[in-house]
Amino acid sequence: MDPHHEPHSHEIDAHTGIATTGHEWDGIRELNTPLPRWWLGIFYATIVWSIGYWIVYPSWPLISGATRGVIGYATRAAIADDMAELQARRASQAAGLTQASLEQIKADPNLFRIAMAQGKAAFGDNCVACHGVGGAGGKGFPNLNDDDWLWGGTPDAIQQTLQHGIRVATDSDTRISQMPAFGRDGILKRDEIVAVANHVRALAGLPTDAKADLARGRQIFADTCAACHGPQGKGNQEMGAPNLTDAITLYGMDLPTITETITNGRGGVMPAWGPRLDPTTIKALTVYVHSLGGGQ
Amino acid sequence: MSIRSAGDSEMSVSEADDLPLFAPSKKVYPQSVSGPFRRLKWGLLVVCLAIYYLLPFLRWDRGPNLPDQAILLDLAHNRFYFFFIEIWPQEVYYFTGLLVLAAFVLFLMNAVAGRIWCGYLCPQTVWTDLFLAVERAFEGDRRERMQRDDAPWSADKLWRKGAKHLVWLMIAWWTGGAWVLYFADAPTLVRQLATLTAPGMAYVWIGILTFTTYALAGHMREQVCKFMCPWPRIQAALTDDEALNVTYRYDRGEPRVSVKQAARLRAAGQPAGDCVDCRQCIAVCPTGIDIRDGAQLDCIQCGLCIDACDTVMDKIGRPARLIGYDTEANLKRRQDGLAPVYRPLRLRTAIYAALILLVGGAMLYQLATRSTVGISVLHERTPLFVRLHDGSLRNAYTVRLLNKRPETRPFALSVAGLPGIGVEAVGVRATADFRPVIDVDPDSSREVRVLVTVPPGTPLEQSQVITFTASDLFAGEVVRTQDHFIAP
Repeated sequence: MDPHHEPHSHEIDAHTGIATTGHEWDGIRELNTPLPRWWLGIFYATIVWSIGYWIVYPSWPLISGATRGVIGYATRAAIADDMAELQARRASQAAGLTQASLEQIKADPNLFRIAMAQGKAAFGDNCVACHGVGGAGGKGFPNLNDDDWLWGGTPDAIQQTLQHGIRVATDSDTRISQMPAFGRDGILKRDEIVAVANHVRALAGLPTDAKADLARGRQIFADTCAACHGPQGKGNQEMGAPNLTDAITLYGMDLPTITETITNGRGGVMPAWGPRLDPTTIKALTVYVHSLGGGQ
Repeated sequence: MSIRSAGDSEMSVSEADDLPLFAPSKKVYPQSVSGPFRRLKWGLLVVCLAIYYLLPFLRWDRGPNLPDQAILLDLAHNRFYFFFIEIWPQEVYYFTGLLVLAAFVLFLMNAVAGRIWCGYLCPQTVWTDLFLAVERAFEGDRRERMQRDDAPWSADKLWRKGAKHLVWLMIAWWTGGAWVLYFADAPTLVRQLATLTAPGMAYVWIGILTFTTYALAGHMREQVCKFMCPWPRIQAALTDDEALNVTYRYDRGEPRVSVKQAARLRAAGQPAGDCVDCRQCIAVCPTGIDIRDGAQLDCIQCGLCIDACDTVMDKIGRPARLIGYDTEANLKRRQDGLAPVYRPLRLRTAIYAALILLVGGAMLYQLATRSTVGISVLHERTPLFVRLHDGSLRNAYTVRLLNKRPETRPFALSVAGLPGIGVEAVGVRATADFRPVIDVDPDSSREVRVLVTVPPGTPLEQSQVITFTASDLFAGEVVRTQDHFIAP
């Protein structure tokens, strides 16, 4: 084909009967095949749709915010509506929980099932950060599956702890006690701490250091520690004083850890959930925690 | 390939390469026909539609706690009811078995007599037949429809087309309407639909089914079989020379000549076939093909061309079944002057029949001997084990008990495998012989947290197998499963 010949843009291709675009490369001409009509129809329909969308929904960005749209839709309001709907749907089941006592909930299989489900969900949302999934706990964070309780494992005691927390400065009903920092505050000397630490291990039935002065340790324990932990080290749940003689420990029963505990004291905290969660949720959480395995 | 000079570029390549790659399909105007195959198809159409529309209303008494609908896919409660069978979601393999069985039945049908499914039973064929009957009622037969489609729009054309589409849409709506009845209590849902109080999902599904029925049976018809359905391709690989298929007997039909010329040729002692080339077989074909071209993908083997051809043969006084059910092998035998032989019992039909018996038997056995109780145990992972204050060791499990009977059943749970092992179910107070007794509601499952404790001093490895046993205290049915007891 003559390279100087520019085909007219509306030239009709003889073979297909379709107009060409006027583009030509090495004798190959490009057909101006029209878009399928169904495709074009949908394309125009989306444009028309978008105009309606601009009017109805928030769309155009402005300097602070965006156009509001005539129906006043907002994702934040939609979430609030969804949450309100969820509360309303739960209401019929939650009503039973709200009115029933902890004892009644435990006795009624249906209420128990609802409380467990709600409690499990609430535990996952609020408690696992410290107590771990399933309440497995960790160093300094009690395992809620075992049967050793610092502040009591009855349903009422658990509810009290949940409601008011532990060592919460702003709550007058909070659980509070203080393990003094015997070493840091200079109440006990270093060798005294070592002696009493060995005595604590002896109380728990654990082997002690051969050079330890156990008699001295026993004396120091009776003078200094027994007030809270009891003469046999069995603890006191009224004061949140742990039982030192059983197989369960919160921080560890090896000599360095006991020494550290006596030297610096301990004082773990737990938030008061009363101001954050509604009473029904606290009740459900109480049932759930009590049912993990250690409830009394 | 040789290198062409620039001057050759104008030269046309081969004829076949020049043809357009896409040929728009021609609209098919199937002509009405009467005969035994048409009557058979009408009969099957009535039977199939009656089953489809009436089955949801069939009742089946299952006692007070269960629905009384014979066939019900209760998605809300995760149950499938089929007469005396009740299937739970975890038994979905019965559906798999059913599909496998259906596939083998299809294979067997195909090996014996071709695409019986396509020609007579496929919903696409049944509904297309129904829609074609409506089309004929409003727009007349083939010739009339073709003429009207060519003619410009008129009041007559408008009302006929409009009425046809309206009736089509009504049928399509009822198709969707019957579909949803399989998923809820049919009489209740019908009442709800009539008073516009049915669940929104019901309307959505009716809408979807209305659209697909209207589009597939009204507008796409044979295109579904030709371009969308995988079965023609699969069956082409499954068929053999001994399978009965709708076949044109070219040994008898060729050469095609008119009646008068056939008389002339035969008088002169020259060959003349029975086919008079009247093209009736093409006119009645719902997929618009020429059966005389031989076996082909587009043929759904509905047998209507047999009726059409027999009608013509009867008129001109020639023997029937120039087109009929026959085999490729017989065509060859006839050409060689041999008598036709029909062999429905062949290796492949025997294998298919054996497979059907095997799969069907296995499913029946499984169904007859299946347990009405189930247990599954999940070991708690956080924590894997708990040391109690007295030094004993505890593992927690989530135990789920299934009760597939329509009455409440008490199950006593026990655990064995370690000395002094103790079991406790959280929230369960009843016991029998120190075993917790868990009541499970009719036709449901119950999950309980189970605590298994081993006394201090028990020699333990890191992991040991223990056995959970649930025994129905009344019926005595026992179910067991194993899990591990984990120690430090």
